[in-house]
Amino acid sequence: MDATPINAHSGTPGEPIRANYLNVNYGLKSWLLTTDHKRIGILYLISITIFFALGGIFAALIRLELMTPEGDVVSSEMYNKLFTMHGVAMIFFFLIPSIPAVFGNFLIPMMIGARDVAFPRLNLMSWYIYSIGGVFTFAAMALGGVDTGWTFYAPYSSTYSNSNVALTAVGIFILGFSSILTGLNFIVTIHKMRAPGLTWFRLPLFVWAHYATSLIQILGTPVVAISIVLVALERLLKLGIFDPKLGGDPLLFQHLFWFYSHPAVYIMILPSMGVVSEVIACFSRKRVFGYPFIAFSSLAIAVLGFLVWGHHMFTSGQSVYAGMIFSVLTMLVAIPSAVKVFNWTATLYKGSVSYQAPMLYALGFIGLFTIGGLTGLFLATLATDVHLHDTYFVVAHFHYIMVGGAIMGYMAAMHFWWPKMTGRLYPEGWAKFAALVIFVGFNLTFFPQFVLGYLGMPRRYHVYPPEFQVLNVMSTAGASILAVGYIIPLIYLLWSLKYGPAAGANPWQAKGLEWTTPSPPPPHNFERTPVVTEEAYAYESKPYPEEAEVV
Amino acid sequence: MSETHSVLAHQFDDLEQQFEASTLGMWAFLITEVLFFGGLFTGYAVYRSQYPLAFAEGSLHLDYRIGAINTAVLICSSLTMALAVRSAQLGRRRSLIGFLLLTMLLGSVFLGIKVFEYSHKYHEHLIPGINFVPPHEFIRYHVDPQQLYVFLSFYFAMTGMHALHMIIGVSVLAVLVVLAWRGRFSSEYYNPVEVAGLYWHFVDIVWIFLFPLLYLISRS
Amino acid sequence: MAHHVVPQKIYLLVFATLILLTLVTVDVAFYDLGLLNLYIALAIAVTKATIVILYFMHVKYSSRLVWVFVGSGFFWLAVLLVLTLSDFFTRGWSPLPSGWTSMVMP
Repeated sequence: MDATPINAHSGTPGEPIRANYLNVNYGLKSWLLTTDHKRIGILYLISITIFFALGGIFAALIRLELMTPEGDVVSSEMYNKLFTMHGVAMIFFFLIPSIPAVFGNFLIPMMIGARDVAFPRLNLMSWYIYSIGGVFTFAAMALGGVDTGWTFYAPYSSTYSNSNVALTAVGIFILGFSSILTGLNFIVTIHKMRAPGLTWFRLPLFVWAHYATSLIQILGTPVVAISIVLVALERLLKLGIFDPKLGGDPLLFQHLFWFYSHPAVYIMILPSMGVVSEVIACFSRKRVFGYPFIAFSSLAIAVLGFLVWGHHMFTSGQSVYAGMIFSVLTMLVAIPSAVKVFNWTATLYKGSVSYQAPMLYALGFIGLFTIGGLTGLFLATLATDVHLHDTYFVVAHFHYIMVGGAIMGYMAAMHFWWPKMTGRLYPEGWAKFAALVIFVGFNLTFFPQFVLGYLGMPRRYHVYPPEFQVLNVMSTAGASILAVGYIIPLIYLLWSLKYGPAAGANPWQAKGLEWTTPSPPPPHNFERTPVVTEEAYAYESKPYPEEAEVV
Repeated sequence: MSETHSVLAHQFDDLEQQFEASTLGMWAFLITEVLFFGGLFTGYAVYRSQYPLAFAEGSLHLDYRIGAINTAVLICSSLTMALAVRSAQLGRRRSLIGFLLLTMLLGSVFLGIKVFEYSHKYHEHLIPGINFVPPHEFIRYHVDPQQLYVFLSFYFAMTGMHALHMIIGVSVLAVLVVLAWRGRFSSEYYNPVEVAGLYWHFVDIVWIFLFPLLYLISRS
Repeated sequence: MAHHVVPQKIYLLVFATLILLTLVTVDVAFYDLGLLNLYIALAIAVTKATIVILYFMHVKYSSRLVWVFVGSGFFWLAVLLVLTLSDFFTRGWSPLPSGWTSMVMP
């Protein structure tokens, strides 16, 4: 990041250069010891991109193997490791930190008019913890990998697997603290650091979404931490906790694991929903329809998300009575999710909609998230789940939520706030093209998997009957298109750092405190503490063309 | 005024905001701790309901008098911790240091007794995974040794995790003593003491639940 | 800053109550009350924890926000316990389908 072009001319006298967070000081040390939430956001951006690439490579190998019915590319053991490491890298090291740690860190203090988060040193520490966890997990992968599935189901993970479970578990345990500290920081920041006049119902919905996310992070993560500790204790010290041979019950692990890991899905999707609210409002030039409903639906998703984990265990031997309760509760989550989709759609209605790249991703999010959510109802229903459980239908469903939802939101955020973060505009034509490629590639990859799963192809096998090949080839072809779609933005975003035109403070004529400060923002975000006098998204208060004065 | 500036971090407007943020942050952290131990308590509840007799038998293998003494020691340490915070609030540096040291001492006594208890279990061959041998004679209920094994696993997992938190607490207090010695705290600024106090009391609360759940099953 | 300084007397009173409750909980354990033993032990533990939270941890003198934080922590703990146990406590309710039992028999 040191090579950012804004720094190129190093402040010759007579040519005053505005101090911003990128040029305020230089060198590796100034980055590694920074407590500036914006720089920490950039550090996270770099780290999670590495893990995204790693997870992507694993995914590519999986799809390559599945192109033919025979197991010809990798052995079955290797295949087990590939899908495990794909899940671990993507879920724990990319999706969970993605939007909160990068954009949440960068934007929340600016959106609420604060100089920094409440605990800046803790914020830096959480990045180091993330990195240490990453090193452990990376070491586990390099030393031969891990093959338990990202779910680490005991007693396989605790007693029977002979791969690097302990090392990976340590990595994920450490990583959990990073997630907890980020959530803790956001909660305190949002409670205590808001600018004068910025009441809860004037907050951008992005902030509401992150508040809900942080709740899950601090309430859920410790439970997965203790279940990982117990797996490690059973594996290393032979304590009797989960293994039936030692007197335990493996379903206890599944309960503890999913108490976190189901809400973790909402850690991934809620921040994206926050991004979509911002982007839809901006590019419809309208106030978000039903602001309080979207705000409270975020909290409702966070709370209800904790009551549904048993739907992962319908076929596990869990009591059917518990299964019925979990099934009903799962249906409830559909309500706040649908509330959001309806409100975004209503926001579009009669808005002056323009289709810039962030908007394309946001619209993609709405459609794909709806498909992902509705197919979730198939799985929440006890009887249909018996048919669909552990098939490719499940794989398709959660990829529609996580890739079609969470990553679409991440890409929308990346394009929407890139000018703010770097002070540079990216090439809009390429960005629109990439959004299209990703959308096509994504659907071609994952839609056939719904069909495959419905026809009965189980997940986590590296061979399959030949009649499934056509759909699998379609899926693999889609994956290669998707890969291209992710590489294009990587190239033009890096290109824009040097060659992109200057963005100005507010290239989208957007509302929100983060757009009132120059791009890239000064070290302390604002020259003086802003005072907020209007609601969020007051796009209609003044007609659009007269807003040029903001730059 | 200059002193105020040195303890006020740049992101806050005033000391009150800073104090509220740090206590709120600690409470948020303690919520994660509640859920962290909550996972253990959930496992305990599951197996106690499945193997009631094994848990009753296992409890009889523990010495409730030692458990009770340790409970009293921890409650004393909570009192001295509360008085340490009070001394900090009143700006009494000497008594702050004194109470912190006393709290550390009581914490160490607790840990010492815990070590004694563990070594006793070692001699009785009752440590799962290390030297567990099914007892030749049961005290009251003749149970499946594997179920007794589960009780002991939970005993060591829960008290071990609690002891780990105690060790962290004592270390934090040691740092506070050094800071207090250097005169870093005043009645205006004592957030670290307050926050460490919250943590210490929380660890005490965990033990308040562990003691009856582990040591006092069916003593009658 | 005017934070509430709790009088020393209250701290000592709290301490005495906690020690007393500890003695009570030990004593009660020696009477055979069936399942009631567990409930009494838990009730006393909850009381002790509440006293510690209110006085030693100053929640009694803290803002509503802190109350909400504390409450939410225990609420979520209850969610974890109740929903997990809802599985284990109801497993025995459904009779095994006929035919399965005979297969289990050696």
